[in-house]
Parts: sequence; C-alpha cells; structure tokens
Amino acid sequence: MTIAFPTPDEAVLARRKEIIEGLARLVASEALIVSEDERRAFETDGLTAYRQIPLAVVLPSTTQEVSAVMKFCHEHGVKVVPRGAGTSLCGGAIPQPDAIVLGVAKMNRVLDINFEGRTARVQSGITNLGISQAVAHEGFFYAPDPSSQLACTIAGNIAMNSGGAHCLKYGVTTNNLLGVTMVMLDGTVVEIGGEHLDSSGYDLLGLVCGSEGQLGVVTEAVVRILRAAEGARPALFGFERAEDAGACVAAIIGAGIIPVALEYMDKPAIQICEAFAHAGYPLDVEAMLIVELEGSDQEIDDMLRRIVAIAEPFRPKTMKVSQSEAESAAIWKGRKSAFGATGRVADYICMDGTIPTGQLPYVLKRIDEIVRSYGLGVANVFHAGDGNLHPLVMFNTNVPGEMEKAEKAGEDILRLCVEVGGCLTGEHGVGIEKRDLMTCQFNEADLAQQMRVRGVFDPRWLLNPAKVFPLEGRLAA
Amino acid sequence: MTTHLPRDEQDASAIIRDASEKGVLLSLSGQNTKAEMGRPNQTDASISSVALTGITLYEPAEMVISAKSGTPVSEVMRTLAEKGQELPFEPMDYRPLLGTKAEPTIGSVAAMNLSGPRRITAGAARDSLIGVRFVNGRGEAVKSGGRVMKNVTGLDLVKLMAGSWGTLGFITEVTFKVLPKQERMVTLVLRGLKDDRAVEALSQALGSPYDVTGAAHIPARNRQGASTLIRLEGFSVSVDYRLGELRRLLKPFGGSTDILEGRGAEAVWQSLRDATLLTDSADRAIWRVSTAPTKGAEFTKRVTQALDAQWFYDWGGGLIWISAPVDGDAGASVLRETTQALGGHATLVRAPAETRSAVDVFEPQSDTLMTLTKGIKASFDPAGILNPGRMYAGV
Repeated sequence: MTIAFPTPDEAVLARRKEIIEGLARLVASEALIVSEDERRAFETDGLTAYRQIPLAVVLPSTTQEVSAVMKFCHEHGVKVVPRGAGTSLCGGAIPQPDAIVLGVAKMNRVLDINFEGRTARVQSGITNLGISQAVAHEGFFYAPDPSSQLACTIAGNIAMNSGGAHCLKYGVTTNNLLGVTMVMLDGTVVEIGGEHLDSSGYDLLGLVCGSEGQLGVVTEAVVRILRAAEGARPALFGFERAEDAGACVAAIIGAGIIPVALEYMDKPAIQICEAFAHAGYPLDVEAMLIVELEGSDQEIDDMLRRIVAIAEPFRPKTMKVSQSEAESAAIWKGRKSAFGATGRVADYICMDGTIPTGQLPYVLKRIDEIVRSYGLGVANVFHAGDGNLHPLVMFNTNVPGEMEKAEKAGEDILRLCVEVGGCLTGEHGVGIEKRDLMTCQFNEADLAQQMRVRGVFDPRWLLNPAKVFPLEGRLAA
Repeated sequence: MTTHLPRDEQDASAIIRDASEKGVLLSLSGQNTKAEMGRPNQTDASISSVALTGITLYEPAEMVISAKSGTPVSEVMRTLAEKGQELPFEPMDYRPLLGTKAEPTIGSVAAMNLSGPRRITAGAARDSLIGVRFVNGRGEAVKSGGRVMKNVTGLDLVKLMAGSWGTLGFITEVTFKVLPKQERMVTLVLRGLKDDRAVEALSQALGSPYDVTGAAHIPARNRQGASTLIRLEGFSVSVDYRLGELRRLLKPFGGSTDILEGRGAEAVWQSLRDATLLTDSADRAIWRVSTAPTKGAEFTKRVTQALDAQWFYDWGGGLIWISAPVDGDAGASVLRETTQALGGHATLVRAPAETRSAVDVFEPQSDTLMTLTKGIKASFDPAGILNPGRMYAGV
C-alpha cells in the first residue's frame, strides 16, 4: 500500500449533508446513493488493493442530469470521480472521501446505427461488447476488444483509450472514435466531432480520448463499426526458447504479414490458462504464440502456409491450427481469461508497459530476474505484435510485505520498459497506479505542458484529481 | 524579414524563447510548399525546419520510423520502400494543387494531419503519428508519445500537435508507425453511376468483409463518363478472391465494369489523393469537405444548385473535393450553410490571399469549442507568437 491519496478536504466533508441535499434536487432519488453500505460497492475498481468510500454516488440517466450535477459540483467545489463499469486496472475510477462518484452505467442505450455510413451513436454507459452485439445481426462489430469487454463501458474505454488483442489490425479506441458529447465541469455540454472523419481545428477528440476522466464526462459517443471478416482462425505455435518466439514475431511482421492478433504467453501463463480453459495449449514449451488470421477459408489457408514457412527456422515444438469454432473459442477463452485464471492461483498485479519489440528477449530475461530478486513469481501474457507487455506479478496477500514487494517489482519493470525506449502504460492508463512514476517517462517541461492543457478544462483540479499527475507540483492552465 | 534555421532542438528553443520575450511573431514552416494555405497572417520573422534533417530511427521489424521534422517526405518514403514498407495513411501532396515545387517535409505531414484515400481504413497522419518532439511558445522542448505504437501514458498531446498548423509548437522530430506495402493492388471500376447510386455502391463495398482500401467516385464531366473506383490491396491470392466476391456483390448496380491494375491504377489513386482531377483551371477556388459518407451526394446536390461547381468523392462519399469560382466569397456561404445542415466541415484549401483573409478558411467552431481552442493555444503559446491567426483569428 504505497500509493498516497490527497488529504480529504475537511470543509467538504463537513458539508456532506448539504451537498447530498443539493444533489437530491437534481436527480431522481434512485439515482443518488448515500448509505455507507451502498457506497461501499463503489470504493474500488480493478485495482482492488486500494479502497476509498466516496461522499456520495450519482448515477444519472441523461446528459442534462450529468450537466446539472457537474455544474453543482463546480459551484460548490466538490470533486468528481467519473466511473464507467469500474474495471480499471490502474485505479482510474477509485474515489476519494471528499469526492462524489459520477457513474454513467445507467446511460447504456444505442441511439442510432448507420450501417451504410458504418457508424453507431451510443450512450457512454453501454458495454464495449454491447455495441458489437447491437450491430452483429448485420455482420458488423466494434473493433477494440479489451479483455474486460463484457463489463467495461465505452465511457471507460474512451477515458483510457483502451486497446485489446486485435488492435494490431484495427487500432485502439482513438482510431475508432468519431465523436463525443462531453459535459465539462461547469456543466457546459460540448459536441466534438460527429459522423464525419477528422475535424476542423485542434484534434480535441484525440485529446479527450485517453484523458482518464480529467477533462470532462463523456455521455454519448459516435464510434466506427466495421463489417466482420468472413472468418477467423487462430493457430498456436509453441517454442522451446522465448527468444525463438520473439524472433518469429519479428520475422512474421518483416514478411509483410499483419495478423489480426499476435499474442504471446510464457510457460507459467500457459499452464495457468490451460488449467482454467482447457484450450489445448502445449504444456511442454517455454513460450507460445497465438496467431489469428482473418478472411475466407482460402485466404486464411494461404496466410497460414506463409506463416508456417516463416516459423519453421525457429523450430517450433508445436504448431496447431484451430479446426473448429469451438476450438477457436477455447483458444481465445484461455488468453482472455489470463488475468482471471491467474487470480485463482495467486494474488497478482498486472503491469502494462510497452517496449520496442526488438527488446523482447532482453526485457523478458530482466523481468524474470527482477521478480525473482523479490522472491516472487511472474506470468507473462502480452500483445507481441506491438510490444505491449502484461507481466502478472504474483504474490500472496496473506504474507505480510509480499504485496509491497510485488508493487516494487512492478515499479522496477515499468522503469525498465521506459529505459529500453518504451512507456509506462500501453492500454490500461496511469490512474493512481503509475501516477508517481510519470517523472521517469516525462521531464518537467513535458508534464507541465500536459498539466496546462488539463488546466484549460479543469483549472481547479476537481475532476478525477488524484490521478495521472504526481501530487506534488501541479499546475493550472 | 529574418528567417531562422535552427540546427537542433536547443537552437529552436533559444530562438523561440527569445521571440516570446520580445513579442516577435513567428511564421513556422518547412519548405514552404503549403505557405499559400490557411489564413494569411502578418509575422515579424520566420523559423524553418529545413536544417533539421535526417532519419533518426528506423526499425522495420518494429514498424516504426523517426525523422527530424525537416526531412523530405520523399526521403522517408524511399527509405521505407527499400524495406517494403510505407506510410499507411497515404499523405497527399499539395504541390500540384498549389503550384509549388520544393520538397515537402515530414514535419508538415504531421502539422497538417495529411492523409489520402486510405484514410477510411488506415486513418490519417494523426492515427499513425506515435511520437513528437516540439518547442512550445515558451521556448520549452516538449515530447509526447514515443516510439512504441501502444502508449496511453499521460495526455495525448501528439493528437493536438497533429493538424495544429504550427500554432501550438515548432515540431522538431516525428515518429510514425508504418505498415508493409501490399503485394498487389487492383481497382474495380463501375461505369456510369449517378452520385447517389455510386455512394450506395461504395457503402456496400466498404460494408463488405473484403477489406476495401479506397472508395472514390468521379462524376461524369465533359465527355468522360462517371467512374466509381474500389481499391483492393493484399496478397495476390486474396486480392483475386475478394475482387471476384465484390463484383458479385455489386452486380445489381449494373453497367459495365473494368479492372485497373499496375501503373494506370496507381496514377488514378494518386490523382484522387492529390485532387489533381480538379486542377484543370488553376484560377478556381478549391474546397475540401468531410461529411458523413451517406450525406455526400446530398451535399453536392445542394452546393451545385447554388454554385458552378465541379467535384469528386473519396472516402466512400465522405470526402468531397469541390472547385468553385473564386469570385465573391468563393462559395463559402453556400458550403458553410450545407455543413451546418448536413454535418461535417469545409476547408478552403486554395484561393487568393485576399479571399482567404475575407472568409473563414477553416470551418467556424461553436463558441464552446472556440473557448477551448483559445485556452489550449494559450497553454502552449501564451504570448501568441507561433503562426498567429493561421487557423483562426486570435489563435
């Protein structure tokens, strides 16, 4: 428990009753949560080691209600922590005692689907998978697919610029977002973008995407929907050495092939996931790649032939192409449940740094050394095509001091990622988890420029204020 | 007028810091091939990236390239081509439209968020730009993003820099993710379709599973019939298969079809990319409109009722290039009424300086967006010395 929260504002805490009465005048009674028991459901997110009970929770149903609540908080100096489904792995949605939680989960409708123009307008509380489900009857889908897609909201995806396993081909949230309706802290509702590509003026859409709820609360979004490929088939390649798997990834890309997904798992991850999903993963290899290809059967066959030929010199110990829908589903179930399955065998923290893929063998070796030096274990699952690592540092909460050790190991790993030319977070966001490490990636001028931009939207630091930027040295506009 | 040619980032910092202290207004440029775009502005001196050249990093296996901002685009493309790669977003070349000759710089590709026909699937420059170094209006060297393609660390200032036309900072280095150049490209051409039917055909093609990477329509003009163009790229086997499927899918649109391949096809896509289809009369104003693809045909219908316009569509109907007589407001009020009614934005990309001074070059923004725009400008450039007024008055 090494991450600090700002000291709560006593004056706000003292006015709690008055603030709640004020909020009660703005939203329906069922949209306002005040009892301690019910508030407790919002005390954390995917970073469960940290918990803070908020002052109150508001779950509005319309943009107008969000606007009224924000305006009220702005006028009364009350902090606001926006929340989607609360699946953030970096503590992006963890509240503060002197802040209200503003959740968008009730605003979960599809507003308009334009198949011809390939866009969908949705309320931001809809789940990621909910969008794909709403357009699936015409063979369309929404491309970014974070592992938590069953639960996570598009609001959260926009806040974190979420990725997923298929972004090698389809990009991340920012590449699939065309417009947002956003409520700013003073209650102003702003429309950014629309159903067209690009915008006149500064790319505010690109700025809002990934801003971790610090610039405003997105209530509606226009996203790009895509026609799904005719078919998709994953193949598994097992290697005796991690270096061979890494070199094989480079060779595939070097040959001009961009698989729709290219995932890496090391031995501990393979074993944990296989025990959970029974996906037919090879248990006797050091590293495994899941390579997914899309298209018609003949296109997939052609690509697979090429990839098998590319893999050959790296002497894969196993090569297995999925033969059925069920097998494909099992292969992906294993990968997508990696975090959950690891949670069944150990407590863990999941890191999310990105590295230049050429550094893969070195970084994997160093991760192993770092984690072992703390007396802990690690399972590695990651998006190999883009170098976005997910080392799961495993520990036992019941052993005093182990969690702190895991946090320290995680920190060392992230410093290593930056050192080799990468970054602290590829898709999970900074939140509170990586907030105090921002200074290893950015210098004072870099951070000052970001904070000044933040200050244009929220000069008083009321919106999700404990996140992203180190607590010391904060700047307004 | 002094022209500063910084040799490195420190140089650029010193020049801009000095200018900000003295209130010297600076024009930012590369090779000036696009100097006649945007709002004309009055400045005291200029700073150019021409002495900042060279590719600083290229890792083909990681699909990433970095270059100093003054590096010629042609050098970047040639370097990538040697390894069978390319800039995925197909940046347009404005020289034919503007009648300029020098070598455009890679910095301008970022600063103006350029793109081409592949925008519909591969995004614009902003989607491939993963890192940028720049000097803000305080003279501070700032970096955002980096050299890895998945990076959500901190606010995404890379996006703000892309398309900011030098009003927020002087870009010194850019990093792009790149993609393998495809083995084969073919174009299916449908002949004789009216605009609305053509956009329907393009929508069907883009809504198919066949990975269309270009979707344009050139209406009938003079004695030339209309052509609707659909581009496929990939491995040969795959292209053949998808071409067959697309022809089947689009059969109901009737008419004759052709297949274009090789140099001829490349030339067509280049003329669409660079809008040279509209350059037959160099004295006409040229507009670039982005709207919802399904509104494209209605857009031009409304515009041509009021203006003697020529046009063609890219991006499945969502990008419309329009040429109009330059007299009066060069069509600004008609175009802006239409964007107001149908959504989207219109940019006046070519017109005489007096026209670009008199009408809004960029789509006017809502008051709220304008307030944010001015706030952001001030957060980068509090003294307002970097390309002042190039995009909007007071920005």
